[in-house]
Amino acid sequence: MNMPSPGPFNPQSPAPESLPASASAPQPVRPSLAELFTAFAIISLSGFGGVLAWSRRMMVEERKWLTAEQFNEAYALCAFLPGPNIVNFSVVFGSRFRGPIGAAVALAGLLGPPVILVILIGAVYAHYGDLPVLRRMLTGVASAAAGLMMATVAKMARPLFRNRAVVGPLIALATFGAIGVMHWPLPLVLMAIVPVSIAQAWLRA
Amino acid sequence: MKDSGGTLLTLAGFFATVSLFAIGGANSAVPEMHRYAVDMQHWLSDRQFSDTFALAQLTPGPNVIIVTLIGYHVAGIVGALVTTLAMCGPTCVFAFFVGRAAERFKGSAWHGALSRGLIPVTLGLTASSAAVIATTSGYNWAALAITLGTAFTAYFVRVHPLWAFAVAALLGLSGLV
Repeated sequence: MNMPSPGPFNPQSPAPESLPASASAPQPVRPSLAELFTAFAIISLSGFGGVLAWSRRMMVEERKWLTAEQFNEAYALCAFLPGPNIVNFSVVFGSRFRGPIGAAVALAGLLGPPVILVILIGAVYAHYGDLPVLRRMLTGVASAAAGLMMATVAKMARPLFRNRAVVGPLIALATFGAIGVMHWPLPLVLMAIVPVSIAQAWLRA
Repeated sequence: MKDSGGTLLTLAGFFATVSLFAIGGANSAVPEMHRYAVDMQHWLSDRQFSDTFALAQLTPGPNVIIVTLIGYHVAGIVGALVTTLAMCGPTCVFAFFVGRAAERFKGSAWHGALSRGLIPVTLGLTASSAAVIATTSGYNWAALAITLGTAFTAYFVRVHPLWAFAVAALLGLSGLV
């Protein structure tokens, strides 16, 4: 990006906070540490399967911290970094605005509240997990969650099977066979499949 | 627990490794977590694993909190914090530095090849997670019917996960499952 933006990508640039945002162009707002924390806490706690949609709404539409393109770029980057996407996003986003401390604060906002919540839930489960009623309900929920994942797979697969593509579907099937059916260790399987998959994508480009 | 320090180290080592291979999100690593925590370490039963997955789905927040719950089950609050840090720490440091360097590589050819190459793998992993959860949450017909019914509905209609979970929990409550 070569435009003279106040640089989400350059946190070290002098950003005089005392000055009102009266500069020439409508510049992105730079969130404070407290705003970073609450923003990611809200995204996190409203994120039932829709963390991406929520973060876009907040970052781009409501608070205007990122343009739509900046959001897409940041998210695309985080989607193929190892580790949970939204966790990576909080780090990349926080650091771009407020350096290492911003990254830590955004991450704490994202993970703090749900971690506390899930530990409380874990404690309740440790006491009542054997109740038949609870077990039956959880079995129902797990079954439904598996169904939701299947629907996601079907939707993801649609573009993959277009144009009579063969290699992509084969790679997906091989991954499923190795992990879902054979239960082979993930690191070994990925170290074999990922290079092949990226190489074929590269050659077809 | 006779060797809690050892258990914590095992937890940390395993989840730090898994995090590096969790492409497409924490749910992609669910089969690996099941393989290790249930089949190899016997930290949880099949049943407890599927319960844990369900509870993590019911808790608002990123999917990664399933590791917090596994850690809590194995070694209490300390275990919960250790697994969460192990799962997020190394990849966060990586994301921090890559995020700062990424600007220079934007739009380069390998960027596209990398993401296009990872899509079919992520697809296979998500399908695996669905299969592992469907098979650990009981082999009975009612559970299978809920899974397929949800899959079918969610494919054609936009379903909020909470609605799907509420209906499925009620079906479970009614004694069907």
